[in-house]
Amino acid sequence: MKILIVGCGKVGRNIASELIEEGHDIVLIDKNSKVVEDVSNALDVLGVIGDGASYNTLIDAGIKDADVLLAVTNSDELNLLCCLFAKKAGNVKTIARVRNPIYNDEIGYIADELGLAMIINPEISAAREIAKLLRFPSAIKIDSFEKDKLDILSFVVNEKSDLVGKKIMDSPVISNEQVLVVGIERGDEAIIPNGHTVIEKGDKLSVCTTDYRVNELFHNIGVPTSRIKSVMIVGASGVAYYLSKMLISSGIEVTLLEADAKRCKEIAELLPEVTIINGDATDQKVLEEENIEDYDAFISTTGMDEENIILSMYASKFEDIKVITKINRLNYNQLINGMNLGSIIVPKQITAESIIRFVRAMDNSQDNEIETLYQILNGKAEAISFKIKEESAVTEKNLLESKFIDNTLIAAIIRGRKIITPSGKDKFKVGDSVVIVTTHLGLNDITDILA
Amino acid sequence: MNRKFIAYVLSLVTLLEGFMFLVVSLIAAGYKEKAFYAYFVMGIISVVIGYIGYKRKPANMNFYAKEGFLAVSLSWIVISLIGALPLVLTGEVLNYTDAMFEIVSGFTTTGSSILTNVEALSHASLFWRSFTHFFGGMGVLVIVLAFIPSISQSGMYIMKAESPGPTVGKFVSKVSTTARILYLIYTGMTVLQFVVLMCLECNWFEAINIAMATAGTGGFAIYNTSLTNMTPSVQVVTAVFMLLFGINFNVYYFILIKKAKEAFKCEEMRIYLGIVLIATAVITLNIMSMYESTSYSLRMAFFNVASIITTTGFGTVDFNNWPALSKTILLVLMFIGACAGSTGGGIKVSRIAIMFKDCANSIRKLAHPRVVKPVRFEGKPVEEETVHSIRSYISFYCFILIASVILISIDNFDFVTNFSSVAATFNNIGPGLGLVGPAGNFSQFSYFSKIVLIFDMLAGRLELIPMLVLFSKSTYRNS
Repeated sequence: MKILIVGCGKVGRNIASELIEEGHDIVLIDKNSKVVEDVSNALDVLGVIGDGASYNTLIDAGIKDADVLLAVTNSDELNLLCCLFAKKAGNVKTIARVRNPIYNDEIGYIADELGLAMIINPEISAAREIAKLLRFPSAIKIDSFEKDKLDILSFVVNEKSDLVGKKIMDSPVISNEQVLVVGIERGDEAIIPNGHTVIEKGDKLSVCTTDYRVNELFHNIGVPTSRIKSVMIVGASGVAYYLSKMLISSGIEVTLLEADAKRCKEIAELLPEVTIINGDATDQKVLEEENIEDYDAFISTTGMDEENIILSMYASKFEDIKVITKINRLNYNQLINGMNLGSIIVPKQITAESIIRFVRAMDNSQDNEIETLYQILNGKAEAISFKIKEESAVTEKNLLESKFIDNTLIAAIIRGRKIITPSGKDKFKVGDSVVIVTTHLGLNDITDILA
Repeated sequence: MNRKFIAYVLSLVTLLEGFMFLVVSLIAAGYKEKAFYAYFVMGIISVVIGYIGYKRKPANMNFYAKEGFLAVSLSWIVISLIGALPLVLTGEVLNYTDAMFEIVSGFTTTGSSILTNVEALSHASLFWRSFTHFFGGMGVLVIVLAFIPSISQSGMYIMKAESPGPTVGKFVSKVSTTARILYLIYTGMTVLQFVVLMCLECNWFEAINIAMATAGTGGFAIYNTSLTNMTPSVQVVTAVFMLLFGINFNVYYFILIKKAKEAFKCEEMRIYLGIVLIATAVITLNIMSMYESTSYSLRMAFFNVASIITTTGFGTVDFNNWPALSKTILLVLMFIGACAGSTGGGIKVSRIAIMFKDCANSIRKLAHPRVVKPVRFEGKPVEEETVHSIRSYISFYCFILIASVILISIDNFDFVTNFSSVAATFNNIGPGLGLVGPAGNFSQFSYFSKIVLIFDMLAGRLELIPMLVLFSKSTYRNS
């Protein structure tokens, strides 16, 4: 498919490189010639210099035969204007990034009026992700399927755990009918395990289970499952705003630290229930004064990655605090993974995931549609749920008889309200949703998993 | 530096050359020539070696400008080193340096030869020479990019190193698709010329060799007299196609996607055709008194202007005998060269045009010291960085030119021969003036001079920088 992306910022770039991997033709549009030059050297894209909201630029970039237009500049208004013109100029599906909380309340109206296929708000998605993590503080990442009925969650196996040094099949707590280990991240390596895989200390285990059994699972493994009652957030960013709103509505006490006095006043008006502290969190005294050790969770969401990392490292010193770190740039992946930063949230990655999901579903000529897609194991594997809409090669035989491609695992079959952890005797049926975990990135169709 | 990646690219190129050898061996088999064994064995060996390298794909495919440039320059050296072998194996060229000169001249689409009697070559070797023109014209790595998408993630670095012109653009999002479109247009035009020539009393072997040598703007001919004895219509058709291959391929792409209006707006093409028109007119007037018919003068003037400005170097007449004005004009055309993004060599019309405007600007700056007026080309302001890179390109160009002329002078030929031989090889033209004129050849030079000229041909084809990167100390630091 031909996809136009307006705005070569970090989000635009990230999405472009992910979509190239999927084999799409990308045209990037930006006003800044330096940036365009830079991107077209680094990525296999066509760069167009110009204002994305100008009709001529859009024509130059080939809007007429494009399929999707993504507007991800840092101005909401420009993004909306781009989408409006693009819609008129060509037959495209438009996606806009809109971040301003004021627009957020009227998002449905805007999308309808401008004919947008999708509005993305990385901050709100990040906030949602964080809120989910706070529900199960022992997990470092949670991806939900089927309206939160089924989760793939990741946690670190520490040295004291009973799981260390055993084969998966020998630890009944993680290999029973309700729990399935779908992936292991060991250093830089991503492993799709089988029953004979031995778990080592420090492994990040990705486990597929039903939502209401998560606490039971953690209990069985022997990790604490206490509920989060109070949260300290640093940095009054957009993410912090949305997150605070969500947390307050579920009865969690929120304290927000922000260095800028003006921003404090603004946010205090918007969020009357939150305790706003005007102070520089990088000053250790401020954190001590606010009794950081009394909180159940600590979330760093300032605009500076470096600051977030340092703050989280400091917060990790206190036991029993769930730490979550927001990272905007992902350039030093390996380095960051080695640090003790708790859960890492990357808004642009969440955005990219949702766009890829959208594009893949659009790309699908057949009816077996992708419902949900998550990148797991540090982006080296994907968890995808497909809806099986018609008979095909996959529905013919049971799982034992079918031949599947390597490094691929069927994590769950969702049939009506029932969630089945599949065994060899099970068979796909029309109407099922099937959750697949695979290191073959870019699967489009459920039949792709057949060898 | 990602050495494994460079090795991977080199093996891809070797694989490609192996296939080329096999095609040539088919020709040899058709003519039942002994050369078959040389090309066939070389073909099999190259394919096997290339395939082994191809299978050992490096895990780390990240590469940047430095790797891209090095991969290109080394690829061109490697294909030339391998490509020269069959000529020696068949015994048609007696020593390896000469064979190397001949094949570098082929790949760089120069067309200078060290052979005194071309007609003694086997059909296979004649075909091989023209074949190198064909692939050298559009680029060896461009075809690799077209078929191996895995290296095209940052393929722009390779495109930039191999494609002529101050700036390199893409037609579509993907480098590999762009490369395919380029080769599609290129092959299509070559086939068209082949068909037209076939209709004009050429036999198929003449037609295919002329077509491939024209397409790459190379200039190797299969007769000692080049195109002198061909019919006038063949000469005119060839001249027209030479000019067409000297035009920026963007123009053809625009025509292909039915934006003919954009295509004819191309400023570079207009300047280029203007130069051709004026040069042809002046030379015709200048040589009219030498020949009986005006139409013959016009045809000779047109053919040779086209042949020289596109840096092809086919001959129909010995212009060494022409008056000084005509010869000087031809010498100037050698340096101007064809359009950027074409298969021709030389400095390129766009560079000359931008430099000319830049000079005019600096004069204007004297009158209005604070004037802000960027150079405009193709209707758009030219980036300051592009202007800067053209300036340094021209400086490098002059340095290499002067150094080469000095080195060649050791052989003690006259100045016109020395200067024009460097000009003819550096600009990838073929024949020069004096001893290396259309009637002469490069066999009398010493091996040292031939190596200097080999470097000039490669540097000229790859537009200096990739070859110069090879000699830069910072390229090899910490590796």
